[in-house]
Amino acid sequence: MKNLGSLNGFHRIVASLAMAAMLAFGAQGAVAQTAAEAAVAEQAEAADPAVAADASSEDVAAGAAAYTPMKPTEGKGMPVAKGIDVQEQFSPIGQQANALHIGLVWVMALISIFVLALFVYVILRFNKRANPVPSKTSHNTLIEVIWTVVPALILLAIAVPSIGLLSAQYKSPPEDAITVKAIGYQWYWGYAYPDNGDFEVVSNMLDKEEAEARGEPHQLAVDNRMVVPAGVPIRFQTTAADVIHSFAVPSLWFKLDAVPGRLNEKMLFIDEPGVYYGQCSELCGARHGYMPIAIEALPMDQYNAWVLAQGGTIAGAEAEAAEAAPLQEPESSVPGAAGAGTAPTV
Amino acid sequence: MATTADSFQAHTEDHAHDADHKPGFFARWFMSTNHKDIGTLYLIFAIIAGIVGGAISGIMRMELAEPGIQHLQWWAQFMGGSADFDTALHMWNVFITAHGLIMVFFMVMPAMIGGFGNWFVPLMIGAPDMAFPRMNNVSFWLTVAGFVSLLFSLFVPGGTGPGAGTGWTVYAPLSTTGSTGPAVDFAIFSLHLAGAGSILGATNFITTIFNMRAPGMTLHKMPLFVWSVLVTAFLLLLALPVLAAAITMLITDRNFGTTFFDPAGGGDPILYQHLFWFFGHPEVYIMILPGFGMISQIVSTFSRKPVFGYLGMAYAMVAIGVVGFVVWAHHMYTVGLDVNTKMYFTAATMVIAVPTGVKIFSWIATMWGGSIEFKSPMVWSIGMIFLFTVGGVTGVYLANGGVDDVVHDTYFVVAHFHYVLSMGAVFSMFAGFYYWFPKMSGRMHSELLSHLHFWGFFIGVNVIFFPQHFLGLQGMPRRYPDYADAYAYWNEISSFGYMLMAASMIFFFVNIVYAFVAGKKAADNPWGEGATTLEWTLSSPPPFHQFETLPVIEDHHTAHDHMSKPQPA
Repeated sequence: MKNLGSLNGFHRIVASLAMAAMLAFGAQGAVAQTAAEAAVAEQAEAADPAVAADASSEDVAAGAAAYTPMKPTEGKGMPVAKGIDVQEQFSPIGQQANALHIGLVWVMALISIFVLALFVYVILRFNKRANPVPSKTSHNTLIEVIWTVVPALILLAIAVPSIGLLSAQYKSPPEDAITVKAIGYQWYWGYAYPDNGDFEVVSNMLDKEEAEARGEPHQLAVDNRMVVPAGVPIRFQTTAADVIHSFAVPSLWFKLDAVPGRLNEKMLFIDEPGVYYGQCSELCGARHGYMPIAIEALPMDQYNAWVLAQGGTIAGAEAEAAEAAPLQEPESSVPGAAGAGTAPTV
Repeated sequence: MATTADSFQAHTEDHAHDADHKPGFFARWFMSTNHKDIGTLYLIFAIIAGIVGGAISGIMRMELAEPGIQHLQWWAQFMGGSADFDTALHMWNVFITAHGLIMVFFMVMPAMIGGFGNWFVPLMIGAPDMAFPRMNNVSFWLTVAGFVSLLFSLFVPGGTGPGAGTGWTVYAPLSTTGSTGPAVDFAIFSLHLAGAGSILGATNFITTIFNMRAPGMTLHKMPLFVWSVLVTAFLLLLALPVLAAAITMLITDRNFGTTFFDPAGGGDPILYQHLFWFFGHPEVYIMILPGFGMISQIVSTFSRKPVFGYLGMAYAMVAIGVVGFVVWAHHMYTVGLDVNTKMYFTAATMVIAVPTGVKIFSWIATMWGGSIEFKSPMVWSIGMIFLFTVGGVTGVYLANGGVDDVVHDTYFVVAHFHYVLSMGAVFSMFAGFYYWFPKMSGRMHSELLSHLHFWGFFIGVNVIFFPQHFLGLQGMPRRYPDYADAYAYWNEISSFGYMLMAASMIFFFVNIVYAFVAGKKAADNPWGEGATTLEWTLSSPPPFHQFETLPVIEDHHTAHDHMSKPQPA
């Protein structure tokens, strides 16, 4: 890591101790923020637009002229260097959860500081020198009731918005929502679009050189992204072909396991166009750490163009022609799809 | 333990008898039926397992110090695998699996229950030994056999490389169809053996505590450490058979064509997770409850005050044990539970914070008004209470099923459970070790070295694990050997913390050597009037057989006894 390399050993020690000190005084914080901004700026400069353009033009040849992979925005939909908080959120659930998250962080910090303060007081006031004769008190019903009831009330105050968040997360998508299905494989993702002609996109991690050439973060960048429309609810499903995987995108507050033999479903709503990265989050074997997720959210018209470029059909048009349309072919008949069985080369 | 110091002089009596007649070396240490010797064996075993498990975490932190794969290929070859990329990555999974299993089953549990439980439960209740001394010995050697089976699994094929790379949770289908070769079978068998040992141990403790208390020691006069072991023993007895069932089904799925967890035959991988966590959640209380008990004894001793709210403390542990059985699915928030299930588990999980809060505040109230001496067991205890509080509040955070979505299976969870275990359980084990070492060995350890150990360890583990909260919030998944550059900063600091922690362990080992070579002889009760439990009425070390005449616990002492008030029960 570039900005770490510039610190010599002594500075790292100082940084670590400073962190420990911050911990001790309960103030985690602000220090890291400016450093993170600096790092972001540095990285943005380093990315060579010419190289990125070059790489993307190759890609277009593989698809069709209508679609060019979007360039990710630095710090959006991805972790930021030295970050200490959750990633910026780009979904309504994410924003609702983030509000609760902030509240919880305050509760955690205040309780920890309160307990620490009690300790400091007790240590200073009731050490052997300050208080040579110990008291004999071993019961006080009132205080015991207080420290049972007050935490219970705090928990109740947490539970109300928490249950609210849960019910919001389980809202079903409208019936006409586009369905996107993520299928976990050892070790890559497949994205099926049953409402768009049932094609499947196979998504493998890019190696470090290629990711950097495209101006994307390595370990997160993939060759073919899961492209979805922005600003509309999506019926999102997960399953797996071999072992359990987990589809996780931190900037959307989204995580859903992909379990063989099960079809999990949740509504996914992405506020605005962009690239949102995630990673497999259930141990799935050797390359568990090497099957990232990249979602590219596009305005509906561009999404439709992308679908057509993949050889799919537009969801709305399909609905109109639903009666006339032939039965959908089984997924496995599509080359490279779940049942088709050929793993792509890495 | 009222009164024993006055009315009962165990040590003087015992010295007069042939209580110290010890068998020969082999009979004493390999066929032992003496609870103190078996406790010592357990402690030595736990220290050895802790060195192995701790060394593995060192390999992990070394690999994670910077992005990319630096050392795993070397380790894969060292362990007898090939040097290709997948084998190296498999090696990583083997390390995380071994670290988890060793620390849980072969370090914390043997030390807490086997070691301190064996040593001090009979002493504290005034019993001559455990109820089933031979079964006690079987428990220990089953645990050793389990450890051997686990170590053996590291050197046999496990799919993409040698060793079992399934994680300590051994989730199907990764552990069934996902891992060919015998390594996973050996790892599972290791859990069978260790689990059987623990079940036998649990029955032994329950029988001992229910039947062998000295006359006058009612349940409501038992020291809190004994209470904690009693609750733990019940958790073990109820939880471990479920684990045994689950992993037996894994074995038959792997080898005998059943499909309990295979959807192709009508099974369900999630069934395994329910079974595992029905064991797994009580398991985390199994690891921490004896620590709670030790902390209570120590805080009371060094504050020279009886434990505040004794009954509340005892029943808080019972409540934690009971509620601990009905919260398991919070480990499975993302598997696709329905909304009502998730709401229930959110609410039930948060309930546990209440009895835990009672314990934290009661410890502080015990110190309040006390005359606190900051001897080594006490500083470790204070460290434990504070860091456990930090781990506890992040637990409340994680309890919220909706919020959990973003941090589930990330380093935030790793940070959380290391705050409650690596700091909660391990700190209480060190506290207990320094508290009882003089009693067990008859020698005083160095206070200076143990304080140095504390500060190095305290700063070290915080530097390791506090930044992992940041990594998790930023989205870094756990069980990853490699990561995006954005995660490099806190990972490097975390690895630096490991070195600090590891260096502090030197003081621990030097201290033990120092105590045996040059340590002062320990008095019967080196900690003064605050230490009121029965073990301090015996010599240090206690005679080979103690309490041949049972001590009688009377009710008349009100001066220093925390259980002196007549209880309605």
